[in-house]
Amino acid sequence: MSLQMRLNQDTCSVTLDDEMTIYTASEIKSQLLDALDSSRELEISLAGVSELDSAGVQIILMLRQEARRQQKELRFIHHSPAVLDVLDILNLVPYLGDPVVMPAQEQHHDG
Amino acid sequence: MTDDATQTFVQESEELLEQMEDALLAMEEAPDDEEHINSVFRAMHTIKGAAGIFGFDFIVAFTHPVETEMDRVRSHQRPVDTELTALLLECKDHTEQLVQLVADGQQDSVPTELNDQGAWILSRLTQAETDQEPAAPAGQSVPEDHTSLTPATGHTAGEDSACVEPEPAAPRPDDNWLISLDFKADALRNGLDPMSFIRYLQRLGPLVDVFTFAHDLLPAHEMDPESCYLSFRIALFTSASKQEIEAVFEFARDDCEIRILPPRSRQASYLALLDELSEENVSRLGEILVTVGAITAQELSGALKEQEAQIDRATADPSQSIKPLGQILVDRRVISRPVVDKALKKQEAGRDKAGKESQSIRVDANRLGHLINLVGELVISNAAVKLMIDKYDLQDAQEVVAGVENLVEEIRDQALQLRMVQIGETFSRFRRVVRDVSKDLDKEIELVVTGGDAELDKTVVEKINDPLTHLVRNSLDHGIETPQQREAKGKPAKGTLRLNALHDSGHIVIQIADDGAGLDLDRIRAKAEANGLVQPDQVLSRRELSRLIFEPGLSTKDQASNLSGRGVGMDVVRRNIDALRGSIEVDTEKDKGTLVTIQLPLTLAIIEGFMVGVADERYVIPLSMVEECVEMDTQHWQIDGQRHYINLRGDMMPYLRLRDFFEVPPGRGTGHSGRESLVVVRFGRTRAGLVVDELFGELQTVIKPLGQVFGQLKGVSGATVLGNGGIALILDVQGLITLAAERTQSAGSPDVSDCPH
Repeated sequence: MSLQMRLNQDTCSVTLDDEMTIYTASEIKSQLLDALDSSRELEISLAGVSELDSAGVQIILMLRQEARRQQKELRFIHHSPAVLDVLDILNLVPYLGDPVVMPAQEQHHDG
Repeated sequence: MTDDATQTFVQESEELLEQMEDALLAMEEAPDDEEHINSVFRAMHTIKGAAGIFGFDFIVAFTHPVETEMDRVRSHQRPVDTELTALLLECKDHTEQLVQLVADGQQDSVPTELNDQGAWILSRLTQAETDQEPAAPAGQSVPEDHTSLTPATGHTAGEDSACVEPEPAAPRPDDNWLISLDFKADALRNGLDPMSFIRYLQRLGPLVDVFTFAHDLLPAHEMDPESCYLSFRIALFTSASKQEIEAVFEFARDDCEIRILPPRSRQASYLALLDELSEENVSRLGEILVTVGAITAQELSGALKEQEAQIDRATADPSQSIKPLGQILVDRRVISRPVVDKALKKQEAGRDKAGKESQSIRVDANRLGHLINLVGELVISNAAVKLMIDKYDLQDAQEVVAGVENLVEEIRDQALQLRMVQIGETFSRFRRVVRDVSKDLDKEIELVVTGGDAELDKTVVEKINDPLTHLVRNSLDHGIETPQQREAKGKPAKGTLRLNALHDSGHIVIQIADDGAGLDLDRIRAKAEANGLVQPDQVLSRRELSRLIFEPGLSTKDQASNLSGRGVGMDVVRRNIDALRGSIEVDTEKDKGTLVTIQLPLTLAIIEGFMVGVADERYVIPLSMVEECVEMDTQHWQIDGQRHYINLRGDMMPYLRLRDFFEVPPGRGTGHSGRESLVVVRFGRTRAGLVVDELFGELQTVIKPLGQVFGQLKGVSGATVLGNGGIALILDVQGLITLAAERTQSAGSPDVSDCPH
């Protein structure tokens, strides 16, 4: 699994380039949670996420909840088609409240 | 007018009045239930109408104003309150007295005090109303919804459900199935991906709305990413049936709480299906609901399991309540309240109908008795034919005779069934007793009746009524304390009396349980010692002590009230039960309550027997009491020949050698095998072994009572005629167990009979 992290002032930008499934859930969880703990603002790019399953969804929900608790800014950006498909079926897009752009390739922020 | 017609009027009126009383008592609990109000109205209306036809004007004069009043209640112009139900109960009692006049043939001379009494009741009934504001129509609550996305389930039950029209099946935007999925923690580890089920669900129809959330999500650092925390609430639009939807989650069943609530239009169609369901097919609530597709067999078995667990808890601790199946299903949110209510009504209607049909044929009890005798003869003749065929080895005839045997068995069962009645009617009579006694004594007592549909022979029911009344009165008078006493003891102010009936291996078990003061065993002992029933140094178990209340010496009224008050005529109760070949036991705990358990045979006519041989004689043991047969083998079992008990796989029980008991001279016929067998018999909680020479197997046994001469004979309860014309004695197992225990005890062993197995 590959995870790139970039720190820009207070904002930590993370790019996930792997599947978010039960197989990677443990690792992703601890890394993303560490990233959240150590920054004031976290931006996670999901452009490279090739697959998202229930375990992955849980991590997204968990991070969102934890960010709220710590009163930190959390953004998921550049949702890949696989991610969008799942979030759409589960009707989570409005809940997560992230800027979702279809198609995901269109640039919104600087990754 | 003919006597027949009068009799019909009286009988019908009595039945209606009984229903009216039931409905009134139910109204006290649920004042808004229209069904009960209607039932009361119907009773008054019908009696008035019939009385008018027969010219009993004094009955019309009384029932007509009551009917008018009930009509106002029905149209919500008058609210139902305790005052009204109390008055209506008086009306019912008064009408009963009037009807009784007709029954006694005194309709031409109505006593003036009765007329005055009627006028007094009516004046209060009609006066009470004038101050009352018209009540708002009783609105019923909307069934509980799970989440905000469930507009479709807001189906109110307010309207008379009989009028519900099946709604057109045309698709409607908000007409969705509501599916809730709560995955268990291990779901992911077990290879399930909740996502994939939801994807698959789309094949059945569009997902109108999905609400995803995490239940019990732990704080971020403690969360286990491989545990599942996800829950979903899904609104699905589909024409698929509940079973088809459930099938989607076939593999998730163990790892997910699944609840499927049908859309409104489905509910309407379930209601319509329930309407169409023929009343003859109506049996059990669960089956009804599965038949119309409102719940699946899977959901039913889950709910039944929950109920069984509750029953287990309740048997261990009578204060635990058992929820009705319908309630469990609603609580589990697999069905909505209106559908359950409708199904319950249907079930009730089915029962009523079945009840009415059985009432419609009135057969002379003697004729029925004669029929059962004849069936008994038929059973014996059939056994004779079978013997003959075996003797001459007629292969061809064997099959035919087996067929005849099946038919005879069926005829026998059906014939006995004719005399079977449900015990519920007997139980429900106590509702009034409980209500009145608790008012008189200023106690708060709730009666809980369960198992009312257990059946037993009418002759047995008639004889059980008196002892039951005795026991119930005892519980009410002396068992349950006053609210103040109860609160002082930390118990709820309201006492509970439970009546329960159930079937257990060819017997019916009737339980009367209260959560009152219990028996004061010390005082019973003191009294028994004073009466010389018990020696001061005698060691008695709790059970033996509580059994003492059935002794005649302890049961006169004075002594009883000096005691804890129990024991009023308890020896009479026991004698009545003994006469029915039954048994009675008491369990009691101070301040916890008392449980009286009565065991009775279902019928007094024909039983399944088990035939054994001792020397040249044949004996029959009621099959329902036989637990097992083993070889009487000293190598296998520890047998204490001196004290007559045997250790069977660690279970100690007394045994009785029938050869000794019937004093067969030694050396006479030892059976084919020459080896003895032990038949383990059970009655209630006690077991004992009977040692016999030979086992012959099962046998349909027609019980013939023994003549007066043999009245004092111990260990034998009757006789039967065998196929070969011989006679076999039917063993009185209960008596033999007691004898075996006594012999063991007199030989100095511990109290073996007392070990519950």
